[in-house]
Amino acid sequence: MATEHADNAQHALTPSAYIEHHLSFNAQPLTESAGFWTLHVDTFVMSVALGLIVMGLIWMVARKATAGVPTKTQAFVELVFSFIDDQVKNIFHGNRHSFIAPTALTVFLWVFAMNSMDFLPVDWVAGIVSFFGGEHAKWRAVPTSDINTTFALALSVWILMIFFAIKVKGFGGWIHELFCAPFGTKIWVWPANFMFNLIEYVSKPLSHSLRLFGNMYAGEVIFLLLGMWAATGLTGTIAGAILGAGWSIFHILIVALQAFIFMMLTVVYLAMAHEGH
Amino acid sequence: MNINFTLIAQAIAFAVLIWFTVKFVWPPLLKAIETRQKEIADGLAAAQEGRSALEVAAKKSEVTLAEAKQKASEIIAQAEKRGTQIVEEAKGNAKVEGDRILAGAKSEIDQEVNRAKEGLRAQVSALAIAGAEKILRKEIDAKAHSEMLSKLAAEL
Repeated sequence: MATEHADNAQHALTPSAYIEHHLSFNAQPLTESAGFWTLHVDTFVMSVALGLIVMGLIWMVARKATAGVPTKTQAFVELVFSFIDDQVKNIFHGNRHSFIAPTALTVFLWVFAMNSMDFLPVDWVAGIVSFFGGEHAKWRAVPTSDINTTFALALSVWILMIFFAIKVKGFGGWIHELFCAPFGTKIWVWPANFMFNLIEYVSKPLSHSLRLFGNMYAGEVIFLLLGMWAATGLTGTIAGAILGAGWSIFHILIVALQAFIFMMLTVVYLAMAHEGH
Repeated sequence: MNINFTLIAQAIAFAVLIWFTVKFVWPPLLKAIETRQKEIADGLAAAQEGRSALEVAAKKSEVTLAEAKQKASEIIAQAEKRGTQIVEEAKGNAKVEGDRILAGAKSEIDQEVNRAKEGLRAQVSALAIAGAEKILRKEIDAKAHSEMLSKLAAEL
């Protein structure tokens, strides 16, 4: 975290340049005009790799899962499984095993893994990347501090939400609900109902994604500020190291909590889509 | 911090991960856990069943034991009864036999006595005849007569 800042300091960067370097993506334009057609390679590679590692590991256990005496690894995986399953069971009362519970497991583990990248010392990541890719190579290790990731997840959940609402209530039922809930079926409350639902449908993905993004982004910025402290000398290095350790420990809670909240909101939104008003 | 194609790429990655979990990760874990739950429930039920069966068996064995004890004491009582009966019978038999032997001996003795009496009677009559003959041959002498009579009597 903080102490590894020393080798970066010799680049004689200003604090704002240091932070800017750490907070910019490894963006690769896919077409000549770029703009929307840009891919954050760091975000994408990190998230896909983490997804493959986490779900691959759990798949290796699931493949050999025995109903008899479980191994310690299987017991741990089952612990996670039961934890997610219990949470889903309390919120969603349909057949959760066919989609919602596995989705919750995916969300929780994947987001948790992506959040955990915040524990990687920021300057170690920068050091490794600049070793391979040159001094100005950029690499952000925490995919969830990229608004694209959190928004992609939240939007996917949002689409699933609408999909399930239509699947359960029918298209007509869904439209009916848009206009007739929550205030009533009288025609003069239709606009109010529709505005209410519109705000709900807009606010859900925004709050869902921005909550996670904000937490992880803020965490990263604080790590960077603490890391920068090391540039002020020995006292700053020691203080930065101590505070960095403290923030890391506190961040363990945030990483787990935000993954949990993101998972719970996913389940709640999908469960709400199944219930009629 | 701009929205770009990364969003779509991440959404696709998310969809693939969900599909993978739904298809390959969740079902085997669920199956293993549910199978184990069922096995444990079955095992507990079997244990409960075994316990009640044990109780029934214990009760049954108690009843059987009591029955056996009762039967044994019955048999002993019967044997004792039979024993005394046999002794009594033997006693009665012995008495009857003894009586019979005694009666046989008595009648034999009587017969012997009678026979002896018969013999004596025959001898007495022969002697009387012989005495009469002698008296007739030698004249009747009172003195000789009485002497002969006393001699007869002594011979008797």
